[in-house]
Amino acid sequence: MSAVKTERAAKRREPLTNTSLLMLISVCIFFFMYAAAIIFMGDSGFTKPQMFFDLLNDNAYLIIIACSLTIVMIGGGINISVGGVIGLTVMACALFLNGNGIENSFLSILLTLLLALGIGLAFGVGQGFLVSYLDIQPFIVTLAGMFLSRGLTTILSVNPVKVTHAGFLELVKTKIKIPWLGYTAQNGNLIPAKLEIGAVVALCVVVLMYVLLRYMRLGRHIYALGGNQQSALMLGINVRRARFSSYVISGVLSGLAGFIFLMHKPTGNASVAMRSEMDAIAASIIGGTLLTGGVGNVIGTFFGVMILATIQKIIGLSPLKESYWQDMTSGAMLGFFILLQSVVLSSRGKKMKLPDWMKIGAPKKTA
Amino acid sequence: MQNDAVLTMRGICKRFPGTMALNHVDFTLRKGEIHALMGENGAGKSTLIKVLDAQNAGISTVYQEITLCPNLTVAENMFIGRDPGKSVHWKEYEKRAAAILDGLGIPARPRQELSRCSLAVQQMVAIARAVDMKCKVLILDEPTSSLDEKEVEMLFKLMRDLRARGVGIIFVTHFLEQVYEVSDRITVLRNGELVGEYAVADLPQVELVAKMMGKDLNDLADLEQVGQKSLGGQEVVYDARGLSSSESRPFDFSIRCGEVNGFTGLLGSGRSESVRAVFGADRVTGGKVQIKGKTVKISKPHDAMTHGIGYLPEDRKRDGIIADLSVRENIILALQVMKGFFHPMSRSQMEKFADEYIQALQIKTASQDTPIKSLSGGNQQKVILARWLLTHPDYLILDEPTRGIDVGTKLEIQKLVLKLAEENMSVTFISSEIEEMLRVCSRLIVMRDRKIVGELSGDDLTQGHVMKTIAGGEQ
Repeated sequence: MSAVKTERAAKRREPLTNTSLLMLISVCIFFFMYAAAIIFMGDSGFTKPQMFFDLLNDNAYLIIIACSLTIVMIGGGINISVGGVIGLTVMACALFLNGNGIENSFLSILLTLLLALGIGLAFGVGQGFLVSYLDIQPFIVTLAGMFLSRGLTTILSVNPVKVTHAGFLELVKTKIKIPWLGYTAQNGNLIPAKLEIGAVVALCVVVLMYVLLRYMRLGRHIYALGGNQQSALMLGINVRRARFSSYVISGVLSGLAGFIFLMHKPTGNASVAMRSEMDAIAASIIGGTLLTGGVGNVIGTFFGVMILATIQKIIGLSPLKESYWQDMTSGAMLGFFILLQSVVLSSRGKKMKLPDWMKIGAPKKTA
Repeated sequence: MQNDAVLTMRGICKRFPGTMALNHVDFTLRKGEIHALMGENGAGKSTLIKVLDAQNAGISTVYQEITLCPNLTVAENMFIGRDPGKSVHWKEYEKRAAAILDGLGIPARPRQELSRCSLAVQQMVAIARAVDMKCKVLILDEPTSSLDEKEVEMLFKLMRDLRARGVGIIFVTHFLEQVYEVSDRITVLRNGELVGEYAVADLPQVELVAKMMGKDLNDLADLEQVGQKSLGGQEVVYDARGLSSSESRPFDFSIRCGEVNGFTGLLGSGRSESVRAVFGADRVTGGKVQIKGKTVKISKPHDAMTHGIGYLPEDRKRDGIIADLSVRENIILALQVMKGFFHPMSRSQMEKFADEYIQALQIKTASQDTPIKSLSGGNQQKVILARWLLTHPDYLILDEPTRGIDVGTKLEIQKLVLKLAEENMSVTFISSEIEEMLRVCSRLIVMRDRKIVGELSGDDLTQGHVMKTIAGGEQ
């Protein structure tokens, strides 16, 4: 009898967790927005799958650093050095590709990738150590990291550095063609949809990070840490190690994002990915990550990036195409999301008229 | 009988700078018993628990504040941090959690987010985690302080179940009735020393209170008077109905002009919290307050001050003195705040005030400019007292004004209180020493478990009466 009851209790559908609810909201908004764009701006290309793929191609690096920020933010931290690390990685890799003189093209590219990951790792380990083991404010530490990486970029080269490495440029041009999602041009030729390697890597990162956060011990420890650090400590979690790991992951992903950025635009430049850490934070928040930690997930973050990218695309194609309009709309959107999140979260505790699945409450006491 | 002890501690000592937190304390916990650990705040209960918890040998502690993660599910909270595997097996967690929760009759679902469980259930989940870790000794530190009656009942049922399974439970609480409802034996601590170990049946509630306070029930010696007690006039200076704050439950309270009354009860019974609510020192959540017949709103200390209420806080070091400022600056502080910072007092005026009160209260200080931190505790207290007297309040609240002060200064302060009352100031006096309260107060309000349980005046003002009222229950 009691076994049956237990089983039934386990199978009963639980109301959504805050993490899933916030993610669901951002997913819905993305689809709603994209549908609206198709209906109202169909002739500017939104009906073609390529438009969607372009969003992925252009924002692959942003997806990666947004995921890296989500992980840090779930742990209750912040990392604003990711943009700077991308800039440094791009510049260092461009110089290395042009100047290493290694005959074997494959080996040269592989070493470049390792260089990118190494730079990211170094920043991750350094910042993670300062934040986790010396208990310094993450904002300050990563602010310092941001200045340091930007400065180093300029030291490497003041002028833009164009990649001339033939093998790498070949890689840049390599695109995965998906014919059945293509469209027929006016002259009757079928133009297949194209996806860049970077976009595929970004999607893989999203999946990997999802698995890490959901199914790996480390990921759960990061959630616990963000939920309540003191409790996490009492529960026997190695809080320092979990926090350190989150910064290391974030650093390595920033390095990877730099490499992906170079594959999209093969030019090193002191102002590369300027401000992108802010976009990444915005995307994380829109995707349902709370700055206070403990809540969030990378699927939501992915949609957060797509929402920001779609807004910019829509504005860019509309008569108000100046960049300040894009900024203002993104800003308004972010404000709207924060408001929505706090309204939803605070209304969940209270007896407001919300649909059942949004309701919260003590379990019905089985007398 | 002695053989089934799961935990024996002999001669435990723990020294903190300046104090002996535990002084040769013995403690024995038997298998399958609920053992209450009693004592006033600062008696050494928490220290003893911390000493125990550090042993980490089949001992689990569930603290007053929930030490689980609110953003994780119930099942995850039960297993996180103690599963050696690298990956999370949700299905298995949930299955095992369901079995444990069901076995203990805890009304939580494994997949529920912890933040959506009531506090009582969260506490039970913490207990379930401890039980699953095969603990032999379970320490519950003030587990009932934020639970309502029904939830307390649920928790007690769980405790009795665990006792039946042979778990030894140490139950720390300041709710006397709960001790008698659920415990088998009681160990009483006082000032870091062991008072004794008793079977519940052998220790009536009144005697428990006497033991906790360090009084002998038969010791009803006459108290020498320090002056004439003041009964006060007819005019009600302050009257509160249903006043409550974030820290105290609703209560009624009033004081007449020139009256000296006091709140008494065990430490932690809510005496300080009540007067803090009067002064607006905690967030006031409800109630109606009248001052001299006029309804007023007091939601922060500044409101209270402008209505002529002064408050000398319990914790002199934290809430009272500003250590690095001079005696003079400490004295004029409250008056300056009331005047507003845009109306600074002149230097000569400040010096005049400071001199006047240093003289009047006989504050022993090298000069006005001496930093207050270099004064003795008693003199620091006098400075704070001077600070409030300078504002000429109609109603002065003194929370433990004589704690940690030598006997001579204590008497001085008691005399001062009576003199102020003669001059028509109303005073609420709080002290841990009953004798002192009986000496200066003409009316005592008795608190137990954060509720006012009685009011004594006139002939009822004897130690025996007070203690019986504090203990409650049987007379």
